[in-house]
Amino acid sequence: MSVNTASPPGTTVAVPPTGDLPERGRRRRKRRWAAWLFLLPWLVGLFGITLGPMIASLYLSFTDYNLLGRLSFVGFDNYVRMFTDDPRFLSACLVTLKYVLVSVPLQLTFALALATLLNRGLRGLAFYRSVYYLPSLLGSSVAIALLWRQIFGGSGLVNTALGALGMTDLPNWIATPEWALGTLIVLNVWTFGSPMIIFLAGLRQVPQELYDAASVDGANAWGRFRRITMPMLTPVIFFNLVLQMINAFQAFTQSYIISGGSGGPVDSTLFYTLYLYQKAFTDFDMGYASAMAWFLLVVIGLFTGAAFFTSRYWVHYDGE
Amino acid sequence: MVYPLLWMVASAFKPESDIFSDPGLWPATFTTENFTQGWDALGIPFSTFFLNSFVIAAISVLGNLLSCSLAAYAFARLDFRFKKTLFAAMLATLMLPFHVTLVPQYILFQSIDWTNTYFPLVVPKFLAVDAFFIFLMVQFMRGLPRTLDDAATVDGCGPFGVFWRIILPLMRPALAVAAIFTFIWTWNDFLGPLLYISDRALYTAPIALNAFLDSTGASSWGPMFAMSILSILPLFLVFLFAQKHLINGIATTGLK
Repeated sequence: MSVNTASPPGTTVAVPPTGDLPERGRRRRKRRWAAWLFLLPWLVGLFGITLGPMIASLYLSFTDYNLLGRLSFVGFDNYVRMFTDDPRFLSACLVTLKYVLVSVPLQLTFALALATLLNRGLRGLAFYRSVYYLPSLLGSSVAIALLWRQIFGGSGLVNTALGALGMTDLPNWIATPEWALGTLIVLNVWTFGSPMIIFLAGLRQVPQELYDAASVDGANAWGRFRRITMPMLTPVIFFNLVLQMINAFQAFTQSYIISGGSGGPVDSTLFYTLYLYQKAFTDFDMGYASAMAWFLLVVIGLFTGAAFFTSRYWVHYDGE
Repeated sequence: MVYPLLWMVASAFKPESDIFSDPGLWPATFTTENFTQGWDALGIPFSTFFLNSFVIAAISVLGNLLSCSLAAYAFARLDFRFKKTLFAAMLATLMLPFHVTLVPQYILFQSIDWTNTYFPLVVPKFLAVDAFFIFLMVQFMRGLPRTLDDAATVDGCGPFGVFWRIILPLMRPALAVAAIFTFIWTWNDFLGPLLYISDRALYTAPIALNAFLDSTGASSWGPMFAMSILSILPLFLVFLFAQKHLINGIATTGLK
């Protein structure tokens, strides 16, 4: 580095005198100064749009504030109210927890199964990979949520198909409290394409020699999958799990569209984020909504932390 | 897997009565009436909403590429105080659920009269708030040989010259991934416009669809499907023409 930064012969003459600063020091100082210029937009964003509001939201969570009236400090009232005096909050927690705990494992299982199948040197891999990925790309759009509303409606596609099979007395899935969340879970599982692509990339890294050696030793396909593929893939499984979990906790659009913004029927699709939205922008209970946001942050942190903590028992990295 | 999608496309060309009775993928009676009917259903033609979405997406792409690559260059190539701390702070913001900043951001943007404008949607992009792309670009830049920078420095390039003439042209693959995902995310964004845009003429395609649903109940599926199809068409085109970048982006970084 130091050798390269010395000026080539001829250029030193052209440099105007700059006081006592040696050339190298001056240039380094200039580079340091330049670094802050490069960082400037991000720093403004970090403090103005991320950290600042984050601290503001922590403060707001201890206040009662409705945008128009006066802001009054209420201590831990919002947090206490959440757990003792708000059944809708508790039901939103339950709905979201069910959604995360059911849809994420199902989605990852599908993704892994399909990735393993596709990895068997199937012809047209690129085509299938694209076809399975398409739902992931579109899954969070309003258009797909609308489609879901029709498909699982009373006279929707699902009931037409089941009716053709001779079934009668079919429910309107979207409007039945026992089934409505299920349709949202199906929608999330349907978008298994992006974890599948990550699994496919992971499968490429598993050395073929391992499979060959296992075959020589008489392992069948299931044995090879369980003893080689699964352990070798655990880092990728872990990565996908954390990523999809964080995503699922924050799902919003689908539940908003499918329930028309209400979280109904009977709050059965009231996602945590949807309830937060209602509290903040329908009831204008800004303090309460901020407290909810911080509770969500803590919960996501705990789940991610738990994943990291348990990972040492089931995730195998190279050379272990 | 894609049957529901194909069925939606087919239904958009079926008369209303056939949508519920006919699960087939080929319309028995072919009609484009759904499109003409849906196009003007909100009183303002859908072209306005598509144009709005495009404007926001294009500005967002520009903002993200510019601000994220600048910050990434500083982290990957330059020395400054608190570099490690700031890098860690950047990574920490990746994990942050955006709901934590949602309410104060709304109060902030409202207090400076930015509601019902596109500023709350695009200005953050110029401030590198999607830190994920900074991370992506730092990783990419670390793979570029430093000898190129040094050679350019010897030839008299300052840090900005190195960034503009050497690094940026070499980063095209990473820039492409960032551009594609920014486009997809802003195009699909529902909560942002829902919060900030109340004037119908400023609606983006997703909230226009939502308004469509609100105004008709769930009674006119044909026109709604027609507009839904059009609203995801740009995503589909991105998917067709930039598949390689998309797949690479997901495989290496886990973007959705």
